[in-house]
Amino acid sequence: MLLELRDLHVEFRTRDGVAKAVDGVSYGVDAGETLAVLGESGSGKSVTAQAVMGILDSPPGRVTAGEVLFEGRDLLKLKEEERRKIRGAEMAMIFQDALSSLNPVLTVGDQLGEMFVVHRGMSKKDARSKAVELMDRVRIPAARERVRQYPHQFSGGMRQRIMIAMAMALEPKLIIADEPTTALDVTVQAQVMDLLAELQRELHMGLILITHDLGVVADVADKIAVMYAGRTVEKAPVHDLYKSPAHPYTRGLLDSVPRLDQKGRELYAIRGLPPSTTSVPPGCAFHPRCPLAQDVCRTDAPALHRVDEHRVSACHFWRESLDA
Amino acid sequence: MPEPILEVRGLVKHYPLTRGIVLRKQVGAVKAVDGVDFHLHRGETLGIVGESGCGKSTVAKMLVNLEKPTAGEIRYKGEDITRLSGKALKSVRRNIQMVFQDPYTSLNPRMTVGDIIGEAYDIHPEVAPKGDRRGRVQDLLDVVGLNPEYINRYPHQFSGGQRQRIGIARGLALRPEIIVADEPVSALDVSVQAQVINLMGRLQDEFDLSYIFIAHDLSIVRHISDRVGVMYLGRIVETGRDAEIYDHPTHPYTQALLSAVPVPDPEAREHRERIILAGDVPSPTNIPSGCRFRTRCWKAQERCALEVPALAVPAVFRTGSDPAAHDSACHFAQEPVRPV
Repeated sequence: MLLELRDLHVEFRTRDGVAKAVDGVSYGVDAGETLAVLGESGSGKSVTAQAVMGILDSPPGRVTAGEVLFEGRDLLKLKEEERRKIRGAEMAMIFQDALSSLNPVLTVGDQLGEMFVVHRGMSKKDARSKAVELMDRVRIPAARERVRQYPHQFSGGMRQRIMIAMAMALEPKLIIADEPTTALDVTVQAQVMDLLAELQRELHMGLILITHDLGVVADVADKIAVMYAGRTVEKAPVHDLYKSPAHPYTRGLLDSVPRLDQKGRELYAIRGLPPSTTSVPPGCAFHPRCPLAQDVCRTDAPALHRVDEHRVSACHFWRESLDA
Repeated sequence: MPEPILEVRGLVKHYPLTRGIVLRKQVGAVKAVDGVDFHLHRGETLGIVGESGCGKSTVAKMLVNLEKPTAGEIRYKGEDITRLSGKALKSVRRNIQMVFQDPYTSLNPRMTVGDIIGEAYDIHPEVAPKGDRRGRVQDLLDVVGLNPEYINRYPHQFSGGQRQRIGIARGLALRPEIIVADEPVSALDVSVQAQVINLMGRLQDEFDLSYIFIAHDLSIVRHISDRVGVMYLGRIVETGRDAEIYDHPTHPYTQALLSAVPVPDPEAREHRERIILAGDVPSPTNIPSGCRFRTRCWKAQERCALEVPALAVPAVFRTGSDPAAHDSACHFAQEPVRPV
């Protein structure tokens, strides 16, 4: 396994008490594989990624338990200096909002080249030509001229390509893409996802795709981890999960998406709201919204039950969910 | 067919680009909306889809009179409201209300929910007499599925989905006939989106509302709309009943847009024919000649640069009741070879 999370816990100290943003997350990804982490806002999917990358704001954030094994090494035990060498070179991240993730007062060439100057000790001149090469690779037209331009001179899709180029620069083994296409229009989203998938195949990288979009997941993922209120509630290969979800939350999500090929009057809606991270319900965090909830769900947090060789579900009634 | 409740003809909004401070001169224009026609019947939902920058939000703003059109007509029950002013305008505006995209910035954080929803009654006191207002607001909260006791709370005490319900209650306060909803669910989580969409459907039946529903999410638009208009760079390029647009698109842009929508079904990914458009949308300050889609179109020929295609039923489909026979602004309108 290229990256493996074991029972990761992250807490934030806030005025309203301790927020358990990540409350026991385990998932793994192999080289060449795409894992989609699916969840709504506040489910802890981005915080998990930040903890993996080592870019968690701390304080207030703090990893309180768990392991992040990258090629067998626990990253959480490394010194900041060592982690910095891994970041960018071994694992890289693509953020949602390219405009605010790029430095507005530096040219894109400088920002791309910086990777080579810092990590590879290249001269500025060589780094610049590497930057042009990268921009060509992510298919930005007229790279030689545009390398001198600033982020605001690029369109949203082009900026996201620059983010991808930056993440790819040192050919890392793992890429974490946090909602990489959420800010983009559908036609541009398709271009960017295609590019990402192609580069991943070429470089045989592991890809963790963090998203809330069930459509994007179905298009690219090999396997899925569904998160709710800071926990992984279901892990499954993509085909199995869409065919028969083993957790009522997953089923609710799938049913509440209006589909192009199915027009009905009333959409299925999961009742209620996702809980706040400072007051997660006892027992199973999903029980107040769950159609299958029984007394046991209000008191006992479900363990991860093994559904079959490749799937787990954190639901007392996973069998009923499969059949529902 | 009865007269439409709302009819838009040749609607244009150009924002001038000027140079110089003392000697100001116009050097160009951002052609945000560049000739849009559509109509809306009572009780109907017209969906408008398009990517960012296509002008769909500017159309919404003109409909509720937040922007003055550069040219064109907006006829409400036969009367052109772009020429109205004073009392007449005020009474028309009562009947066309708006629900905004972002429930975080469209509610004043220093006003209570009661004041936000009830503010409309200060401007239109004829709708609700003074003593009656609190009760009215509480009724509205109940209608949109919020606890009427929350009337004295502030927006920050609500979640995104609840705030959007407040926005909808505000839109309903004056008992309008038309609601213009600009991306009303795009800021919400999937599970909450469905709740709000269902609410809007229910309210439509209950209050006999007509909706203009603007969104970039094609699946949601199809779900809620009776008819759909597809916008590209300031114009509607194809319009028709929802099944005509989604199952029998004839404009290449619509076809590309539909094929780009990710389908939540992993089984579909191998069999799907995807059209990936090259490049970005051109700038609205510099719109291509002829057909404005031609710079990204795989069918484009010389004729497309010279002649602007009219939004009409293409000649090839004019006979019979082919579902492909709906308005499409393309010289080479044609159904996709394989179903999208």
